Amino acid sequence: MTLHNEIPTNQTVELSDVEKAQIDKLLLETPYTSGASIDALKIIQSHRGWVSDTSLLALSLYLNLPLGDLDSVATFYNLIFRQPVGKVVLHPCDGISCDLMGGQKIRLCINKQLKITNGQTTEDNQFTLIPLPCLGACDKAPVMIANQILFELIQEESLPLILNNLTEATSK
Amino acid sequence: MNSEQSIEQSTEQGREQSPKPTKPLTRFITDDDNCWQLSQYQNLGGYDGLKHALTLSHTAVLDEIKASNLRGRGGAGFPTGLKWSFVPQGDDAPRPKYMIVNADEMEPGAFKDRLLLEKTPHQIIEGLLIGGYTLDADIGYIFIRGDYYTAIQHIEIALKECYDNNLLGKDILGSGFNFEIHIHTSAGRYICGEETALINSLEGKRATPRAKPPFPQVAGLWGKPTIVNNVETFCNLPHIINFGADWFKSLGRFKDSGTKIFGVSGRVKNPGLWELPMGTPIGEIIENYAGGMSDGYKLKGYLPGGGSTDFLLEKHFDTPMDYDEIGKQRSRMGTGTIIVLDDKYCPVAMVLNLVKFFAQESCGWCTPCRDGLPWAAVLLEKIEQGKGELTDIEQLEDLCKFAAPGNTFCALAPGAVEPLQSALNYFRDDFEQHIEQKSCPYCAQDHSEAAHD
Ligand SMILES: Cc1cc2nc3c(=O)[nH]c(=O)nc-3n(C[C@H](O)[C@H](O)[C@H](O)COP(=O)(O)O)c2cc1C
Ligand code: SF4
Ligand code: FES
Repeated sequence: MTLHNEIPTNQTVELSDVEKAQIDKLLLETPYTSGASIDALKIIQSHRGWVSDTSLLALSLYLNLPLGDLDSVATFYNLIFRQPVGKVVLHPCDGISCDLMGGQKIRLCINKQLKITNGQTTEDNQFTLIPLPCLGACDKAPVMIANQILFELIQEESLPLILNNLTEATSK
Repeated sequence: MNSEQSIEQSTEQGREQSPKPTKPLTRFITDDDNCWQLSQYQNLGGYDGLKHALTLSHTAVLDEIKASNLRGRGGAGFPTGLKWSFVPQGDDAPRPKYMIVNADEMEPGAFKDRLLLEKTPHQIIEGLLIGGYTLDADIGYIFIRGDYYTAIQHIEIALKECYDNNLLGKDILGSGFNFEIHIHTSAGRYICGEETALINSLEGKRATPRAKPPFPQVAGLWGKPTIVNNVETFCNLPHIINFGADWFKSLGRFKDSGTKIFGVSGRVKNPGLWELPMGTPIGEIIENYAGGMSDGYKLKGYLPGGGSTDFLLEKHFDTPMDYDEIGKQRSRMGTGTIIVLDDKYCPVAMVLNLVKFFAQESCGWCTPCRDGLPWAAVLLEKIEQGKGELTDIEQLEDLCKFAAPGNTFCALAPGAVEPLQSALNYFRDDFEQHIEQKSCPYCAQDHSEAAHD
């Protein structure tokens, strides 16, 4: 877990004006600042791809919330990334209904095709693989979410096409 | 268009003419892709329930909900009216009061709320408004799973439609009732679905459950009175107010009232979701609606209510999907989404998958959960890989007992061991066979499931 320590935390970055504006909007809806922290982390991630130590510090200074509190929240939730991720994050489902329908095989196939294991990013920085439990589409198992799209009834043969289309969608 | 007026008219007509539905929850879902939008919802009688509620006193609405015997659809089946009656009422009640829709749906094998969220966002909002009016609450939240993208989009648009049409905000439909609704998209953790953990998450904290008492009804979000209910629970409210508690009770085939969205996943011919009367026998759902097992597969067992309920077998097919009846068979209704285990998938691997999930999602507060579940996963993995010993089975049984209800702060750990303890009971031969032959008997049979990592 050394990746996110590349930049020491005493170095600051500024939040962008857009980020600040979006966070200010959140603050209007919550009676206490801390109520905005998870959504604020998501805003930062949507602009920067992940939440680095430096952006965490910037947020802490901006919201006047303890850095430790924000980090404890940032590290708790599955969808806040504390390490850089590739252009597309693949979330194949590893829930039981998908596995009953061959989901394991699909995930192994992704491992082989992209030459990465869970949590890793491909060398070309295109894909990060983070399996998630039950994606709430068990009647269409096996499924995967990527780029906010839900892929249903995935078959081994359809994987190359899915991955290709995802690559193309990000290169535009 | 004068929207208020048109609501008025359709309400009058709706109350006079529309025959009482037998499938209320899905009656707004049509073939039209845009059936989730306000205009279509209203054309079919949407917001009539709210309109009617606003003409009644708070207590009259609460009495109707109590009389309907509606039980929470989030898993525990707690009577909704009773839960609500603990919220402080009157002029000196603390304010603001909060009402929260639990749309976190992360239970393995559960996929019913997504349908309602995507196809009937207004039904949920109407239910939330009725709840808010009943308890004289001020602010509503929809706490929704972050990766339900379509659902989030539909809810956001639906909320805007409501604000634009005086269905939200100040003086709703001229009734003097004020209510606002915010949406919170979760950053993802199964424990966020536990109601007090959800409240912590809304406060921007780690989603650990809270010790009770105080109960959220008295001191919840930001220390104020708070009600958390499941998506499907809220969806029932407009219909109860519209068609009455007696009608609602008459829908059930056994003791419980109303209908329920039931689902089946696994190796069946026609996996999916259906709105059926409460009390529909399990076998009917699996055989008639899900079409029975896929060709070449036999039924070995099933979890009747999602990933944290005890296995049942074919011999329990006559059991009605009723809270107490399933309880008598030592399982639970849970979310009403059945996960079918076929004869070609290893039951040890199935339980391992589930226990690993629960171990990973533990918030870490209680020892039987934080330490017990990972240890159970290690033992199961050992057995699955053919390296198990018979004493491992005894240890697994002990771990189940340690995680029993009452030993932990929330129901995650007790739920986690339900599939395990029942598998040890019903499929004990399978566990022992793994240990005796020092390999998984299923891996050889069907190589597609070979590598359970
Ligand atoms: C670990 C855990 C996860 C839960 N997840 C959900 C969930 O995703 N949705 C839900 O409605 N209830 C969930 N519940 C149940 C809630 O705590 C709560 O009982 C429910 O939202 C109450 O609503 P109801 O009375 O309408 O069923 C969960 C409970 C536990 C212990
Ligand atoms: S049972 Fe598990 S998830 Fe629930 S409070 Fe205890 S440690 Fe947390
Ligand atoms: S188990 Fe994969 S979507 Fe439910």
